[in-house]
Amino acid sequence: MSFSVNFPLFCIVGSLLTAVVSSVLGDRWARRVCMAMVSVVAVLNGVLLGYLTGLGRSVSYTMGHYPHPWGNELTLDSLEALVSVVFSLVLLLCLLGGKAQLQRDLGDRKRNLYYVMAALVQTSLLALVYTNDVFTGYVFIEICTIASCGLLMIRQIGRTTLASVRYMIFSLIGSGLFMLGVVFLYNITGHLLMPELKQTLADLWQSGLYRAPLLTGMSLITIGLAIKSGLFPFHFWMPDTYGYATPSSAGILSGLVSKGYIFLLLKLIFRAFGTQVFYGAGIHHILYLLGVIGMVVGSVSAIREDDIFRMVAYSSAAQIGYIYMGIGISPDLGVTAAVYHILTHAITKPALFLASAQLTDGAGGSKRFRELQGAAYSNWVAGLGFSVGALSMIGLPFTMGLIAKYLFARAAFQSELKMIPTLVVLGISTVLNTLYFARTILRLYNRPKRKLAKPCPVRRQIPYAVSALVLSGMNLLLGIVAQPLISMIEQGLKQF
Amino acid sequence: MLQTLWENRIQCVAVLIFAVGFSTLLLHRNLVKKIIGLNIMDTAAYLFLTSIGYIRGRLAPIIVGTDTDPSHYANPLPAGLVLTGIVVSVSVTALMLALTIRLYDQYHTLNLDEIYYMALREQEGGQ
Repeated sequence: MSFSVNFPLFCIVGSLLTAVVSSVLGDRWARRVCMAMVSVVAVLNGVLLGYLTGLGRSVSYTMGHYPHPWGNELTLDSLEALVSVVFSLVLLLCLLGGKAQLQRDLGDRKRNLYYVMAALVQTSLLALVYTNDVFTGYVFIEICTIASCGLLMIRQIGRTTLASVRYMIFSLIGSGLFMLGVVFLYNITGHLLMPELKQTLADLWQSGLYRAPLLTGMSLITIGLAIKSGLFPFHFWMPDTYGYATPSSAGILSGLVSKGYIFLLLKLIFRAFGTQVFYGAGIHHILYLLGVIGMVVGSVSAIREDDIFRMVAYSSAAQIGYIYMGIGISPDLGVTAAVYHILTHAITKPALFLASAQLTDGAGGSKRFRELQGAAYSNWVAGLGFSVGALSMIGLPFTMGLIAKYLFARAAFQSELKMIPTLVVLGISTVLNTLYFARTILRLYNRPKRKLAKPCPVRRQIPYAVSALVLSGMNLLLGIVAQPLISMIEQGLKQF
Repeated sequence: MLQTLWENRIQCVAVLIFAVGFSTLLLHRNLVKKIIGLNIMDTAAYLFLTSIGYIRGRLAPIIVGTDTDPSHYANPLPAGLVLTGIVVSVSVTALMLALTIRLYDQYHTLNLDEIYYMALREQEGGQ
């Protein structure tokens, strides 16, 4: 067994220690330590990804000295390593790209606390991705909730505090339901480790005993995670939360935290419930339906918004709908599309939030579209970042968005019942996305009659420019050379 | 039916308490009441969990003396889960109360609707 199987544990513990250490460091050092740790995590997971891809199977990593049915475990396979690499990279770029706004929004008050929260989010995301134990999942869901609320409330204006309260209430309802579901399943099966849970559930489902409580438990877990990740009709906290957070936080919350919950759900479906039980029980039909409605409702709400941040936030609700639609279609092609879209959205949405922040700063701080006319001329990097992100959300060629839409359409042909509705909604949603994103791009590049704001000084922009160029580059690269990524996801799902 | 209910009376009570907490959390506009509802909801889940671990006639799962036969002891795992859950609930409550204090300092009310309107007006005034 290679040494690299220890890396996930090192990463989780290391990020946790980073959080502790950052709390006593000054602003600058906290920032350096945190960003160094996130980079190290990305590299270590990259090495692990290489090893696991070569190995071709998943590995369970026992923690402590308690063996299988009692102890706590991590599972390692290539899909988890891949998701961790992307998450760490995006986290790093979010912290880098939002630096200027962080300094403005936080002032001189204990800026190091922001990096404490970022390190905690990193810890909990890694734990959610790697854990093999349902209750550990619950604990890290709560840590993630608290840390992400910290990222949000650190900007001390009224609307943000209000948004944090709302976010907390919704999140807590979600995690309460999740815990209740776990308790139900534990009550009947007596297991918390995923493989044992899956075995027992499959046997029980076959025998027909305890159908109702099992179904209740699985539904509670699914609903809990759906509320936390913002599936329609639970998406109402999204615009306020993402719209009034400092841009780094908006990127982290929309791009990573909600995806972490969805990835945990996927893991539970594959490893704890078993696809046969989950898809046999019919819960996926509900996810499909809500996803499809969310795609349309999110986009329609986005069209009606006059505030660029809230528009991008509502578009998140639509994209979460896409992911759940993929999960609802089928456990193989559908979930492949869903995982690909998780990565697409994780790379695209932070780029959009960061770019919007730069553009609004260039336009004198107003988020209204009217004032943003021609904003791309005073900040061409942000204009480019926003355009690439927006084109990817629309689904133009050479971006990840197109590949994601293609994968969803391919999955749709698997199911006779869902083929027509999926294709129709994909079409409608693309048109709606085009309406509001194309409108925004046109406005950004439309020269206003009045004089343009003077271009932002280049030196202050370097961190943002690096982050925007890397995010856009990743988006284009993975959109043009998508096949390796898709086969990696497919291989990873087989090992699940 | 009645017998089943009586046999599972603790679980039934737990579900009722959960419903009380959940509705308090959703329906009240007062932030402190919402937090209380949240705590009641958590407590119900812990009651539910503890009642699974408790087995009538068995000892607490701590070995004193030479009795190491597992069938004489209750299940320790649910108790461990409840402890973890309580820690989580305490920290979440603390965070929520901190947020409440911050909102109260700014708007001098605990009613979420009023706070929302004030925040809206504040924003419109700012632009």
